[in-house]
Amino acid sequence: MTHTTTFGPDTLALDLAAETERISQTIRDYLRGARRKGAVIALSGGIDSSVTAALCVAALGPERTFGLHMPERASSPETISLSRSISDHFGFDSVLEEIAETLAAAGCYSRYDESVRKVVPEYGEGWKSKIVLPSVVDDGTLRVYQVVVENPDGEQSSHRLTTEAYLGIVAATNFKQRVRKMMEYYHADRLNYVTTGTPNRLEYDQGFFVKLGDGSADVKPIAHLYKTQVYALAEHLGVPEAIRTRPSTTDTYTLEQSQEEFYFSLPHHLMDLCLYGVNHDVPEEQVAEATGLTVEQVRRVNADIEQKRRTTGYLHQPPVLVEDVAEIQY
Amino acid sequence: MDTQVTTTLRAFIEESYLFGDSSRMPADDESLLETGIIDSTGVLELIEFLEEEFGFSVEDTETVPENLGSISGLTRYVSSKRAQGAA
Repeated sequence: MTHTTTFGPDTLALDLAAETERISQTIRDYLRGARRKGAVIALSGGIDSSVTAALCVAALGPERTFGLHMPERASSPETISLSRSISDHFGFDSVLEEIAETLAAAGCYSRYDESVRKVVPEYGEGWKSKIVLPSVVDDGTLRVYQVVVENPDGEQSSHRLTTEAYLGIVAATNFKQRVRKMMEYYHADRLNYVTTGTPNRLEYDQGFFVKLGDGSADVKPIAHLYKTQVYALAEHLGVPEAIRTRPSTTDTYTLEQSQEEFYFSLPHHLMDLCLYGVNHDVPEEQVAEATGLTVEQVRRVNADIEQKRRTTGYLHQPPVLVEDVAEIQY
Repeated sequence: MDTQVTTTLRAFIEESYLFGDSSRMPADDESLLETGIIDSTGVLELIEFLEEEFGFSVEDTETVPENLGSISGLTRYVSSKRAQGAA
């Protein structure tokens, strides 16, 4: 991809057939080298896992693609029907794994509630919640995590988190991604398959994943693609419209939480352009014109992109050794 | 600048973020965020430290880089909050 003089959504246009073949070849090459027979995909009913599944089918065929449906207590009611629509549509086998009991046994839900109660003591049965991070777009205020709670009467309130509460909430919810990955590896091991990771470029670049959870995988087929490109690929591959039009959600908290209010400052099509701009040194004025933001807003978003890279760099790092073990090289 | 406040802040930064390595202490005007010393969790820790150590409440509107982003900014902010409290 090259940076053309007219910067805008078309800058992210791809040759979708060629890209599908390139990704398919990479998947096949990896499996050949790893001496594995197929791929496991955790299906969330979202765009990224759906496209990843469609790409595995394109690369390997439905008979070498295996899906997992793993909703839990906080999942949206529509999650399971949407994730099943993908395995049905592309014709590959899948199973439902009920992970709520495993999560409960690990204390995921009780530890979560306990952490929320550190800032909202009355929080308990019948309440819902989510954590949010104010957008960087409109002012230069440092982003401080807050918890939004809803009592059984439907009244919502917002509370700044303490460090202990914030870390406790994140640690408890991270059980969800890690238990799912544990199940993926169970099925990958029994089938002699690989696991797939489903982050798009925004998520991969900005560290929007759980280390040793959804961040762990043998192959990440769309980690190089901007989310706009993932949507384009979804249409090209025939992903059902209900999934292509579903709003992005983390599907992790009991209150509906968009990715924008938790992590990204802007809708994905604008974040893509800002990230592309940072990656290709596109002048801020051009990014502002393409996104409808002011130059000052673009500067804040760009600074936040760099800040997230610094903050989440460790998520990408392999374990640190005191010295190289030269005999072990990949 | 209030040197006592600055000294207290440096001690907190050295202990909490630098594992006691004072050679990595940023210059007073350097950004704690851009140098990678604190992140979003570090901001929460910093707010709690200010509230506990200096006995005032950090309002949401005050969590701006000018107040919390550097040692000199923090020193000015703490001094200003203390002056408001004393008035």
